[in-house]
Amino acid sequence: MEQKQETLLEIHDLSVSFRMYNSRLGQKDLQVISNLHLRIRPGEIVAVAGSSGSGKSLLASAILGILPANATVKGHVHYRGQELTPQMQRELRGKEIALVPQSVAYLDPLMRVGRQVDGHRRPKPTAQRRKLFRRLELPERTETLYPFQLSGGMARRVLVSTALLTGASLVIADEPTPGMSLEQALEALKMFREMADAGKSVLLITHDIDLAFEFADRVAVFYAGTTVEIAPAADFRTGPAALRHPYSKALWRALPQNGFEPIGGFQPYAGSLPQGCLFAPRCPCATDRCRRETPPIQEVRGGEVRCFHAT
Amino acid sequence: MPLEAKKVAFRYSRKEPWVLQNCSLRVERGERLALFAPSGYGKTTLARLLAGYLPPTEGEVLLDGAPLPKAGVCPVQLIFQHPEKAINPRWRLRQVLEEGGILRDDILDAFGIERPWLDRFPRELSGGELQRFCVARALMSGADYLICDEISTMLDVITQAQIWNVILGEAKRRNMGLIAVTHNRHLARRIADRVYDLSE
Repeated sequence: MEQKQETLLEIHDLSVSFRMYNSRLGQKDLQVISNLHLRIRPGEIVAVAGSSGSGKSLLASAILGILPANATVKGHVHYRGQELTPQMQRELRGKEIALVPQSVAYLDPLMRVGRQVDGHRRPKPTAQRRKLFRRLELPERTETLYPFQLSGGMARRVLVSTALLTGASLVIADEPTPGMSLEQALEALKMFREMADAGKSVLLITHDIDLAFEFADRVAVFYAGTTVEIAPAADFRTGPAALRHPYSKALWRALPQNGFEPIGGFQPYAGSLPQGCLFAPRCPCATDRCRRETPPIQEVRGGEVRCFHAT
Repeated sequence: MPLEAKKVAFRYSRKEPWVLQNCSLRVERGERLALFAPSGYGKTTLARLLAGYLPPTEGEVLLDGAPLPKAGVCPVQLIFQHPEKAINPRWRLRQVLEEGGILRDDILDAFGIERPWLDRFPRELSGGELQRFCVARALMSGADYLICDEISTMLDVITQAQIWNVILGEAKRRNMGLIAVTHNRHLARRIADRVYDLSE
């Protein structure tokens, strides 16, 4: 119990699958997240990096209980030591757990920005919201605009302010920074950092991994629906030598400032996952064992990694 | 044979403030330009003007000295920032590529488009997966200029590098002009041979 208390959110052996029709009456389950582990402590920013379509946004939806009806979730999610039930999710979301959605299409197209950010709260948090807007460099008149009149970066900043206004203990930010200038992205991340330093937690899903390395405490790397490495952000700042999984190293090397070199091949499709290690088909150091067995999560140099060859 | 914006300005109506004013720009075929400006400056509006989605309120957009053609394939293809808003939600992705006449195996392989995705609807794919379709359909024959409006911010860095390599290769082979809007200076340095900061 001791350990549970210092963990805000604990995800254990989570899997998510979708029921799909493959013929007129035939159905099949498509597993998109498998054996996923993640732990978030109070006062911590955990960045989630990884391949597009590796299940990062689905993880956010699974925590909040907003997956579509044809999804099945297995495994355990604990929030403050309690199993997160659908009823708890309904009570917590928007208050205790807030989301910065990935798509700017989440804004109501028919409502002025100021009104929808304030929401149904009474009294209206107008003053506080204006303060947030100012900090995120949103011009005064933004609140009177409709979403279609916002630029991409402005819409993102509106979404970020929506989540920050809730005062939630856990903010799940699903790609909050695209479209923002570097200065604005840094400011938004600084606000998340301040939130974390005040004892709250942030799950930061992002592709701007170079920024995430600077602001996060730990980084979880996702590939094909599972975590392949969870390591202190400092290791990612150091570079490939400090990293453990070949995919993490490949991510680092593909950054424009670090070579811009992609590895070959593509992430396997959820319907046709390879046997054994999911990364083996693209891995330079894959052996027969990798193609046969799924590597378990193991501790290596203060991080967790799912690879037989990690040193 | 350039694509030019000559002192273009845009506003939604007389009552609204200017979104963009007095902006000029010129790109030759085979040239690669990275476009910088603060968020909300009007970069996307400029991209829409250049591709003919919006008519400029003042000034003109010229391709080889003439206005953009009104019918047929537009030689200036724009790839949008938000793929989820740029694809018909009621079309299967196969139709998206068929419309552009680009449902070819070499293109599918180059972008890592899995065959089962073709029978899905847009909401059943992730943003990064959708963006590959948007880039692929913009490479249809008849496109001489590509305008990329922050096309890779929703992609992981490996996919980003892969997709840019395909675009740069295709642009070089077909001698296309390229305008890339981005906030990432490292990326701009990698993909463009000229950087233009609108705010200066």
